[in-house]
Amino acid sequence: MQPNLEDFISKIEDEFEEIKPGTLSPSSSFREALNWNSMNALIIMAIITSEFEVVIGPEDLKNCDTVQSLFDFVVSKLSI
Amino acid sequence: MAYLDIKNVIITSISAAVPNRIVKNADYDWITEEERKQVIDVTGVEQRRFAPRGICTSDIAVELTQSFFKNSKWQRDEVDLLVYVSQSRDYVLPNTACLIQNRLGLKKGCMAFDIPLGCSGYVYGLSVVCSLLEAGKGLLKKALLIAGDVSTYDLNYRDKSTYPLFGDAVSLTTIEYKQNAEGYITFNLQTDGGGFDALYIPDGGTRNNFNDDTFIDKEISPGIWRNKKNVVIDGGRVFQFTMIEVAKNIKELLTFTNKEIEKVDYFFLHQANKLMNTTIRKQLKQPDEKFPFSIAKFGNTSSASIPLTIVTNQKPIANRQVVLSGFGVGLSWASAIMYQPSLEILPLLELNYE
Repeated sequence: MQPNLEDFISKIEDEFEEIKPGTLSPSSSFREALNWNSMNALIIMAIITSEFEVVIGPEDLKNCDTVQSLFDFVVSKLSI
Repeated sequence: MAYLDIKNVIITSISAAVPNRIVKNADYDWITEEERKQVIDVTGVEQRRFAPRGICTSDIAVELTQSFFKNSKWQRDEVDLLVYVSQSRDYVLPNTACLIQNRLGLKKGCMAFDIPLGCSGYVYGLSVVCSLLEAGKGLLKKALLIAGDVSTYDLNYRDKSTYPLFGDAVSLTTIEYKQNAEGYITFNLQTDGGGFDALYIPDGGTRNNFNDDTFIDKEISPGIWRNKKNVVIDGGRVFQFTMIEVAKNIKELLTFTNKEIEKVDYFFLHQANKLMNTTIRKQLKQPDEKFPFSIAKFGNTSSASIPLTIVTNQKPIANRQVVLSGFGVGLSWASAIMYQPSLEILPLLELNYE
């Protein structure tokens, strides 16, 4: 599936109750938007694997801060 | 790749036993109510079974196997092979299988040994038992495969990353040699020891023997206290490993055996984490109803999780094409595809200890 940034944001908003729809932007820090913990990390990993068939490891996740940087990671893996 | 294609062997029964004591994650007061809700949502574990301290995996295994003998036509002196798959043994030496052979009153002409694998252990154990029976060409006729753990023994209440996950359970699978048997079982078995420290117990082996520091609880991070005899899990790395390897292993097995995934009736996955298994299901693009669960009521039951899921769901899997897949500690993972028309699923045995 071709990744689309808006769809990606909607997916994250859908998955987490604490994020109100329409509040997340590409420059948002997903850690700040969430009460960040190890469970949230697993949920983000699962969304990326399920939606894009790309696996993001904990080290790669640590290097991402904004929603845009997560999306860029996915795009970079898909273009290999 | 390590494939094994076994014929002339039939799996005749699968049974499982659990201790009666239920521990609910809703009552886990080491973490906040909000955290409890998220742990239950993500892992899927609502409750587990706990064996009392002093009850070993072998104690549960002996009761389960005695119950099997009582209700079946199998004679004790017919058992030629006993394999015990477990990470919770009675003694450092000898293998627990030897103790179980004696307690069950099995003959001396019985091969018995342990396979100390965890999450992948059921599928690995099946592969070893089936291979030996087939290699015996009828000289070895009947085998008992016991798989399970008293995993709660190595948990620390103050470690939120492990305590809510595990439960105790033991399974028994009976397997026979039968020339020209209808049915088959084919395996794909893999290993990556590079990830050993993603899921391990640091002390107590010869690499790091017990020492003055072993049993001292230390704070690792907020909400995570443990000592060096407690199990350590790096959840992110384990999750990453399963996302990369498990669906791939199953797809390779299907290609090797020339089977279509649509014709697989059920997938019995190791029960580690609901989110993990849901993601594997999505990777395989298969419907939810093909993936029975036991994690909600029993948690992660190590090498018993696949047979426990089979027993507690009571799906009609004889005459069905079924995939089994175990993955985790090692890192070690394996799957099997089977059609076993002689298979009988026995009811769950609940053992009252208190």
